Amino acid sequence: MSEIQVTPLNAFHRRHGGRMVDFAGWDMPVQYKSILEEHKAVRQRAGLFDVSHMGEADVKGPEALKFLQHLVSNDCSKLFPGRILYTVMCYPTGGVVDDLLVYMRGADDYFLCINAGNIAKDIAWMQEQAKGFNCTVTDRSKDYGQLAIQGPKAVEIVQTLTKSVLADTKYYHFADGEVAGVKCIISRTGYTGEDGVELYCAAADTEKLAEAILAAGVPLGLELAGLGARDSLRLEAGFPLYGHEITEHINPISAGLGWVVKFDKGPFIGSAPLQADKAAGPAKKIVFFKTGDRRIVRAGSAVLNAAGAEVGQVVSGTLSPILNEAIGSALVDAAAAKEALQVDIRGTKLNLQLVKPPFVTLKKT
Amino acid sequence: MSNIPADLRYAKSHEWLKVAADGTALVGITDYAQSSLGDITFIQLPKVGAALKAGETFGVVESVKAASDVYAPAAGTVLEVNQALDANPEKVNSLPYADGWMLKLQLANPADAGALLSPEDYGKSIG
Repeated sequence: MSEIQVTPLNAFHRRHGGRMVDFAGWDMPVQYKSILEEHKAVRQRAGLFDVSHMGEADVKGPEALKFLQHLVSNDCSKLFPGRILYTVMCYPTGGVVDDLLVYMRGADDYFLCINAGNIAKDIAWMQEQAKGFNCTVTDRSKDYGQLAIQGPKAVEIVQTLTKSVLADTKYYHFADGEVAGVKCIISRTGYTGEDGVELYCAAADTEKLAEAILAAGVPLGLELAGLGARDSLRLEAGFPLYGHEITEHINPISAGLGWVVKFDKGPFIGSAPLQADKAAGPAKKIVFFKTGDRRIVRAGSAVLNAAGAEVGQVVSGTLSPILNEAIGSALVDAAAAKEALQVDIRGTKLNLQLVKPPFVTLKKT
Repeated sequence: MSNIPADLRYAKSHEWLKVAADGTALVGITDYAQSSLGDITFIQLPKVGAALKAGETFGVVESVKAASDVYAPAAGTVLEVNQALDANPEKVNSLPYADGWMLKLQLANPADAGALLSPEDYGKSIG
């Protein structure tokens, strides 16, 4: 394993009491004070997350759109400048290389946001697939810092620091602007299910931007939030995490992401097996559950049917700080998904109550 | 810095023991332990009447991060468990030496407490 990587906010995290852990090769704060309190702050007020570990890439050239349509499952022809699309890119098997956001800046100019742990793999994959297309894929991950400000007060907080009218930029749209004197891509996106923005800025400006947002936000109840809360918030919202609900072996149809797989746009990498899976129904599927109990059902736990036979495995599990009970997701045999399912935690059998996420009511943005 | 009260004895596995004059003792986990575990979400405790050996697992403390066994710092019989922790396990985070106590034991041999770490030695053991 190569040396652990740091974001431009490493000193900021230490100064503000972040408890640092190795996340996918990055030295990141899992929490500052309390995962549960940071989670609640985001649902009730606002949280500031360092997401500078996320990767970025430029896709530029006359055939950028043609390449992206070949690369990803969603339909990039629906994009227009200022619009963002959530999608996955797949292997020829249909398994997932990564999930990503595609930003359209102009006709030949797209910007991608990819997962931190997948940067090297994704860049290599995309550059290989781009051969034969008149476009370039450039890794920009080290050039950008990224902050996520999320929660019902997030927009109000950031609005105090910018002349851009944030309300004019709708959900999954973006605009260039200045926040606290720092040039940013202002993106109305997030990974919590709350209203908010994600700001991409030059790596060297990230700390200045973070301090300004913290100072503006604390009077309105903003708290620094770490990766622990980021994970529990995304699971409560029912969003997939690469390596859990989607992997090289869990395709988007199994994961319940059929809405980002557009067969009518024409063939793309992995489209044939995905179409077959969609037609026949996937052999395994991701389900979300709650238990009515506070014991966390950890990833890797066996999912059992009424007869006690293993019919799947938990892929994500945490305590919902809002519901005050364990929530999670599991990959189960599709045939078993209609049966009564259980897990065994240290000898206690708990019934899984299947839930269509989100687990909590989210404000529409 | 971890809080290590001077009137308690400590196990290397991060439990504390507070011995009363009548040979009973309260057991909990240390401030260092609760801080290392992070947000505590669930605590499984033994039944009243259970006989525990020194070093025996008496329960499980779950945090968002992991589930950890907890060990009896001395031999004894469980007289009482802190039922308030069922609904409010976070009390172990906020008040590990007070409202976050876990067990009241009738010690098999009150002198056993002498074999546990002093506050100074426990402080050294956690660096």
